[in-house]
Amino acid sequence: MLSRRIIPCLDVRDGKVVKGVRFRDHVVMGEIVDLALRYRDEGADELVFYDITASPEGRSVDRGWVERVAREIDIPFCVAGGIRSVTDAREVLHAGADKVSINSPALERPDLIDELAAAFGVQCVVVGIDSMRDADGEWRVRQYTGDPSKTRSLARRTLDWMTEAQRRGAGEIVLNCMDTDGVRQGYDLLQLTAARKLCSVPLIASGGAGTMAHFRDAFTQARVDGALAASVFHSGAIAVPDLKRYLQQAGVVIRLQETAGHE
Amino acid sequence: MSVVLVDAGGTNIGSVRYALQRLGVDAALTADAEAIRTADKVILPGVGAAAPGMARLRELGLLDVIRSLTQPVLGVCLGMQLLCDESEEGDTACLGLIPASVRKFEEAPERCVPHMGWNRLLPLASHPLLKQLQEGDWAYFVHSYAVPVGDYTLASSDYGVAFSAVIARGNFHGMQFHPERSARVGARLLKNFLEL
Repeated sequence: MLSRRIIPCLDVRDGKVVKGVRFRDHVVMGEIVDLALRYRDEGADELVFYDITASPEGRSVDRGWVERVAREIDIPFCVAGGIRSVTDAREVLHAGADKVSINSPALERPDLIDELAAAFGVQCVVVGIDSMRDADGEWRVRQYTGDPSKTRSLARRTLDWMTEAQRRGAGEIVLNCMDTDGVRQGYDLLQLTAARKLCSVPLIASGGAGTMAHFRDAFTQARVDGALAASVFHSGAIAVPDLKRYLQQAGVVIRLQETAGHE
Repeated sequence: MSVVLVDAGGTNIGSVRYALQRLGVDAALTADAEAIRTADKVILPGVGAAAPGMARLRELGLLDVIRSLTQPVLGVCLGMQLLCDESEEGDTACLGLIPASVRKFEEAPERCVPHMGWNRLLPLASHPLLKQLQEGDWAYFVHSYAVPVGDYTLASSDYGVAFSAVIARGNFHGMQFHPERSARVGARLLKNFLEL
């Protein structure tokens, strides 16, 4: 049985891990490799590094830290932020990342998804979608969310874009629900459930985790494959080992490390 | 001990190399036939699709080199699939070293394809490659095609259907998951391979 995945997300800005509330007011949380190792040791199933400044500034991810992380950790990790071409993606993947996640650049030029899937296989291609509910009740896509002054609301409906992204070659979808992000009131189960019905590749919930029950609900109600969170882990409010034991007791298939300790 | 990683263009080569470094082995990355023939251990990593993977080995003139190897060889992920007879992915003829066919996972409710994430290993045979592996140990998989359980399966995994997680025939071995990304379990299995 495939386990559900717990995925700490490390938002990277200028080579440090940061976290803001509702994507604003970022504060430094720590050094990249230190936090990566801490989460590996605690039993995180995967890590996502999201360079939140790269896309609005039109630059790519600095690959130096990608390689440092790849040398140190032995769990999969994904790099997001400012990957706008096959060349950018190749650099990050060759530096040791397992997957690349594209968000704003895919909205600028959707063919990028097809190109990356053709070059590296769909398993390397994650499409991140930042989504917000508009006044008319529709979920629509936001672009350039790393910088509030540059964030744009798009006419694209979130679920339409998610469907198109899969058709083009997304091997995984990270749905970032901005209405719930950073406020720890729970994942957006309504939106995730709607997305799950249309998502035939792995679906990762993002935005809103505050308690262990929030993770359980995302897995048992919205049936997501993975749950991504940042501040609850970085602040120590929830420890990954406690969360995994809790989820196992709640009947969620989860990877616990006990059986792995051979030496 | 000399270990080489066959440089067939896969994007996980760096990760496999780092995983070996963490075990104290500095593996050379090479597409040179002589270096591959004379190594103590050969690893064929691989991420991507079967047809370009085989095409790349053909362009490098390595098909018969790999077929003729007598030292322990390990294929990882696509590298394992290339050791088999054929792959349904692009109807590709593979190296033919392990008699098995690679099939696509059928999508089903609660079964996304690609199969991406941590799944349990179920040892089916006793083999030095599986030393200290326990039933239910977790490994990290990312693939859309798989080898059905058969005569050469050493460990299986279950994704609605059982499939081969570890296969071997003679000196040729394959792991469908990524040992380089499977935490301590993966490190143990790589160490076992180095000790064959």
